[in-house]
Parts: sequence; structure tokens; C-alpha cells
Amino acid sequence: MMLVIRNLSVAFRRYSGLFSQDRVGRLSEIDLQVARGEVIALIGHSGAGKSLLAHSILGLLPGNAIVDGEIYFDNAPLSEAVLRTKRGRDIALLPQQTSYLDPTADVRSLIRWAAERAGKSPLIETRLAQVGLSHDVAGLYPHQLSGGMARRVLMAQATAGGARLLIADEPTAGLDPANCDIILQLLRQQADAGGAVLLITHDLATVLPYADRIAILNEGRLCCLAPIAAFHGAGDDLGSPYAQSMWRALPQNGFDAHA
Amino acid sequence: MPSQCGVPCRRMVSTLMLEAENIGLSFGRRRVFSNLSLRLNPGEVYGISGQSGCGKTTLGRVLAGLQKPDSGQVRIDQHALATQSQWPVQYLYQSPVMAMNPRWRIEKILREPGPVDGDMAHTLGVQREWADRYPHELSGGQLQRISILRALGARPRYLIADEITAALDPVAQAQIWRALLGLTQTLQLGIIAISHDEGLLGRLGCDDRRLKLGHKPDNGLARTEAAASGQEPVVGR
Repeated sequence: MMLVIRNLSVAFRRYSGLFSQDRVGRLSEIDLQVARGEVIALIGHSGAGKSLLAHSILGLLPGNAIVDGEIYFDNAPLSEAVLRTKRGRDIALLPQQTSYLDPTADVRSLIRWAAERAGKSPLIETRLAQVGLSHDVAGLYPHQLSGGMARRVLMAQATAGGARLLIADEPTAGLDPANCDIILQLLRQQADAGGAVLLITHDLATVLPYADRIAILNEGRLCCLAPIAAFHGAGDDLGSPYAQSMWRALPQNGFDAHA
Repeated sequence: MPSQCGVPCRRMVSTLMLEAENIGLSFGRRRVFSNLSLRLNPGEVYGISGQSGCGKTTLGRVLAGLQKPDSGQVRIDQHALATQSQWPVQYLYQSPVMAMNPRWRIEKILREPGPVDGDMAHTLGVQREWADRYPHELSGGQLQRISILRALGARPRYLIADEITAALDPVAQAQIWRALLGLTQTLQLGIIAISHDEGLLGRLGCDDRRLKLGHKPDNGLARTEAAASGQEPVVGR
């Protein structure tokens, strides 16, 4: 197993008065394993805790977070010290917002920095070609990129360090089908080449053809972990009512509005 | 005629057709679209699709009166944009949080265009207890419901729905669109639905009112002509 998450809970400390604090639970008792060669899609509505799970794996939670449970990468516990050596190298994040791109650097520098951080050679044109961008994009700055192009630059950055585990947070949000396919295809290739992908998204229909298993988060709990084969017909094979309602609400299924 | 309190009489304006005639727009040397025409009647849905960077949002902004076209005209019931004191088209954004003042509570945000209609709030699933929260304390789906309710407070005849459910889960998407489709009937509201999701557009009953914008060369650099047919005029129904 490349990634093992055992009994993970995340809560936040919040001041409820001048001297008293509350604990607000956001993720509860998450158990999830990602194997080599696998794409797992983590689905949930907004606020379900999807990004939070990604940030817990990467140790990017804010200071008032309280984390319980264990996370293992390659069978070794992912401590802060281990994370420091893995982040951006063995484990990479493909972030949700394209505002993660440094606005003062052109695409060439962005990709070069990402590669050099992990001790890889820049290979700007090859990396751009891999994500379907032409070489003249290298001279552009983030504000000159369309949403789909910016996302592909982020993808080129995330893969430049040769990461084995890629955590992609809503990589297709706001993209048209052609661009979605390009990104998802790249993630699939990443897994097929011996890596693993945790693909966080709200878009169940789009990721189905590319994922191996689907995990559904609801109110901070994993309510469903099923192979993609379970998503067919009326969704009767799905154990969880929440997963069923999500499946049946798709435009290509019932467009059913009952939650 | 607008009444004393500034609320137009619904029955009198309900036959207004939204019309774009031969509109064109460029950003510098880059032509986004040209010779584009479309028509929409109240109570109908018009679907606009296309790849990212093809000008869907720009077209939506032009129809909403947020941007002037370089050529051509946008009219409602034969009246051009400039002659209308209040343009009865409201624009809905993909991420509503960007269209709300982060320091205002939901109640104040909703009241900006006018009094809040309780029935409408119920139809859209906007809950009373959200009133004293700030935008960042609500989810994307909740905020989108609020942004629709706010837009309806301005008594529009048309809504431009620009990827409004692209960031939402399937259940919220179905709930919001079912509510909007209900409003096209009860309020005779016309909706321009901008989406790259053909499956979704197929659910909105706009099969004979569709426009597919643009084409894009392979290198990913956004350069778009009016339509796949290049210089030919694009004519919606």
C-alpha cells in the first residue's frame, strides 16, 4: 500500500469566548488505503471535508487543527519530518485554485523551480508537451493563461518532481470536457506508470471512467467506498443511501433532486 | 410602467423578448465572437456551450449589459440596452462568493436589490438561519441559492446562469436547476444557461435553443472565432 489512512479525525479549536474554546469536528474516523497503480476518487459536496483530508495527508493544516489517527506512506508513518523530505518530491499536490501559481513568475520559471526543487532537470518543453501545451506558453505569466491552461501548468509542476503519490484537489473544476479529459488522462497515466492518485472532486460523472474506486465523504465521514462497477443502473449496488442519491441526481441518470 | 415602489408590473413586461443582433466583440486583436445573433422568449431556456476560453462568459456579460459589444445590439422588446433605465437581465456567477461583499451578512446581501420574497426563498431552499452568517460561513451550494434569490430580488426577466452549478455536487445541482426550471414557468423567467456539461443542458429543455461557441487550436492558446464555421454568422434560433 502506498498510502494508508487509519482512523483519522480532524477537529478545529475555536474560541467561543475570551477564554473558552470549542472543538469543532470536521473529519471523523476516516479509513482509506490507496495502492500503487490506483486512482481513488474522493467525492463529496462542498464543505464535506475533501480538501481537509488532502491537507491532513500533506501536513498543511492550520495551527488550530487537532489531528487524531495515523497516516502511513510506503509503510512508514508520515511525520512532520518525513513530510518535509517527501512533499513536492514523492508526494505532490495539484491544488484547487489556480491562484497557487506565483503571479510574478512566467510558466518557464514555475516549472523549472518545481523540477529543480526535487533535483530533476527542467525539460520545460517536454513537460509542457506532456500536458498538451505548446512551447510558447513558457513565456506567459499566470494572468495570461485561461483556466484550462493554468490547470495544466499546475499539473506540469506537480509531476515535475517525479511524485509517486499525487493528490489532485478538484483538478477539473471549471474546465470544459476536452480539458477535463486531458487532465484526467494524465492522472490515469500517472497511476498506470506505477504511481497512485487521490483525486478529489465533486464531479462523479466525469471521473468515473478514470477511477478504480470511489470514496464518498458526507459530513466528514466516509459513507461509501465502492469499485466503479457499483455505479450503474439505479445504483442499487451502492450500500449507502447518500451515495445512491448522488448517483441518481446526475443529469444522465434521474436528475433526481431528493437528497 | 414601474409602480410607485419601483417594482415593475409582471404582467405588462412578460412578453419581452431578449434579442442579440449581429453582436461582435474583440479584446485587442483577439476576436472573441462576431456576427452573433440569438433570441430568447420569457419562460424559455437557452443553452450556450463551448470550450473554456471560447467566450461563453463574455457573451453572457454582454447579454447582461455588463459589457458593451463592439458591434451589433442587445435589445429587449425592441429597446436597446442604453435606453433602459434598469436592464432586466441578472448575471449569476460560477463562484457566488466572489460576487458578495465578504463583510456583509447574508441578510444584508439579500436585501440589496429589494425586499426578500419568502416564498421564493422557500422554493430555492434558502434557510432563515443563514441570515446572520457571513458568505464564507456557507457552502458553495448554499451561496448559489442565495445569489439566485438576490438576483430575483431585482425582478429580472432573464437570468444569465454562467456555470452556476459547475462547482456543486450532483444533488445540489439537480435541486437548484429544478427550482430554476419551476421559475421559468411560474414567473415566465427566461434563462441563458452557460455550461460545458452537455448532459446538464440536455436536461434543461433547450434542445432547439442551443449555441455552441468557438473552436480552439491544439496548442491551448485561447484564440477563438465566432463559431466552428469561422466567419459565417452564428444564428441562434
